[in-house]
Amino acid sequence: MQFSSTSNYIVADELALAVQAAVILEKPLLLKGEPGTGKTKLAEELATSLGVPLLRWQIKSTSKAQQGLYEYDAVSRLRDSQLGSDKVHDIANYIKPGKLWQAFTAAERPVLLIDEIDKADIEFPNDLLHELDQMEFHVYETGEQVSAKHRPIVVITSNNEKELPDAFLRRCFFHYINFPDKETLAKIVHVHHPDIQRDLLQTALEVFFDVRKLPNLKKKPSTSELIDWLKLLLVEDIGAQELKESSGLMPMFGALLKNEQDVQLVEKLAFMSRRRES
Amino acid sequence: MLIEFFFCLRKHGLKTSITELLDLLAALKQQIVFADVEAFYYLARLTLVKDESQFDRFDRAFAEYFEGVEQVDLSSAIPEEWLRRSLQRQLTDEDKAKLQAMGGLDELLKAFQERMKEQQERHAGGNKWIGTGGTSPFGAYGYNPEGIRIGQDGSNARRAVKVWDKREFRDLDTEGELNNRTMQLALRKLRKFARTGSAEELDLDETIRATSKKAGLLDLQWRPERHNAVKVLLLFDVGGSMDDFIYECQQLFAAARSEFKHLEFYYFHNCVYEEVWQSNDRRFSEKTPTRELINRYGRDYKLIFVGDATMGPYEIAYPGGSVEHWNEEPGEVWMQRLLQHFDSAVWLNPQPQEHWRWHHSIDMMHELLGGRMYPLTLDGISNAITALLKKSAATAPVS
Repeated sequence: MQFSSTSNYIVADELALAVQAAVILEKPLLLKGEPGTGKTKLAEELATSLGVPLLRWQIKSTSKAQQGLYEYDAVSRLRDSQLGSDKVHDIANYIKPGKLWQAFTAAERPVLLIDEIDKADIEFPNDLLHELDQMEFHVYETGEQVSAKHRPIVVITSNNEKELPDAFLRRCFFHYINFPDKETLAKIVHVHHPDIQRDLLQTALEVFFDVRKLPNLKKKPSTSELIDWLKLLLVEDIGAQELKESSGLMPMFGALLKNEQDVQLVEKLAFMSRRRES
Repeated sequence: MLIEFFFCLRKHGLKTSITELLDLLAALKQQIVFADVEAFYYLARLTLVKDESQFDRFDRAFAEYFEGVEQVDLSSAIPEEWLRRSLQRQLTDEDKAKLQAMGGLDELLKAFQERMKEQQERHAGGNKWIGTGGTSPFGAYGYNPEGIRIGQDGSNARRAVKVWDKREFRDLDTEGELNNRTMQLALRKLRKFARTGSAEELDLDETIRATSKKAGLLDLQWRPERHNAVKVLLLFDVGGSMDDFIYECQQLFAAARSEFKHLEFYYFHNCVYEEVWQSNDRRFSEKTPTRELINRYGRDYKLIFVGDATMGPYEIAYPGGSVEHWNEEPGEVWMQRLLQHFDSAVWLNPQPQEHWRWHHSIDMMHELLGGRMYPLTLDGISNAITALLKKSAATAPVS
């Protein structure tokens, strides 16, 4: 298996290697990195390039590990019992398989994305240790044992909001997606906006990296913000010259700066640099 | 195979386990990489390191093992000549002039060596020790214009810069007090405390009542969602004998801060008197009367004192006992006022518990708090949290 850059996604070599190792050794791959560096996108592109289905389990602060396995809907069974429905005699009618169950029983080897695992409770990863390691679990209500036909390719993303427990980490491969350098970023932009002019891209990237270099920014703009910003520049038909000459804030700054204090900071710095020039 | 490498990693403080080594060997067996050191580097990092803050240590270990590069350890002596040469190369004329103002290079080097003797381990942050990211004149990535830089352009001398020599994850290395395991666990405990209170749940009693009212027809009742229920008021001892502990304590609570919806932070010195303050830099200009704390925060706030309670007994018991100002009323009166207002309060003491009995003032505080003083250790914190969550016991006896 060889996973490499596709027509709309650029992978760094080391990330490709990480994915390859995780797929061959059947280990979950844990991805960390700044928001907007394409962690979630990787799973989507991996599924597309392998031609297999993607099962996406979006984690929220209220998510429980059990929900990924299955949920037993006792309440509707109780209701049905009062309505005299025949369904009530088979408990299996009230067991709803979760994402992990679906992944284990899928016809072909799927990609399972556990997105933003750090949003959940601290115990959440610990509750999944055995399931991810052995790829099997037990359904107490029916006494059924669910085990994986094919071990799914598991991709887990984290935004580093919480520490993950060591025992969980030991079972994963870990890759930290570094922020791309100028060259890679230019490639990424090219994939998204193939018809962008060279000089506009050059200037835009300069502005972008200047902003990223500013100390004390609350939220550094990332790749996805850059792509949105370029889209706006293209739509509004702003040329390289105009971008270069813009005094104060860059045009369409709202796409890059997501925080009011950041906007003020950039404005102040632009003002100061203009005063130095004049 | 790779056993030496494994031990080299452990020597550098990476907590790599045997299972992970076996994973790496399995990956090699599958021939995912072949005869390519760089790819091997990525593969080894993928399987053996599980946190980006450890990447820098891994880079150093990797360099040591594969290149035999003598690693520049800050705790080992650096030859004076080497330092002098690299310094002079780096300094601009302007810098040199500034340096003269500080007493000249020789003076700086002398101070450096003295400090080196004092310092036992690697250090990051802070304003005195040699390390990275601080304002001390010694170390890398600092702000002090007269500073001695160490290791920042060490790679110049080598032939070619390898990936692991770039050390691009250096900034992510959080080595230091907070990284030790106890503190992390303590943080986890605090976070759990922050999230006490459960999500939406079935209210069984109400359901039974409602169902019987409807003659047995099921009628479910839900309890409203509760979360982030805990409010915390933190009073923090600064200065004097607390200086040894202050950094770790602050880090701990600052890190926990985002988890609490209501976490208020105030400082005091040794014992609480009529005024507390929120910013240590402006402690003499912006003060808050302690009475205002009582008025502003409801009794359901959990009160946590952090302090070593090591002081003269008169600082607690007598008017005018404070070391800093003339206090009209003794500290214990203010302590009692606070304790009477807030339903639950604990004192966390960073002093080792076995030293407590040597200080009379600790005994006094212990008694004031009705025995709810706990050491700032893992067990201490979890006991303190249990005590805070219990329905308030009787507060301190009024004497």
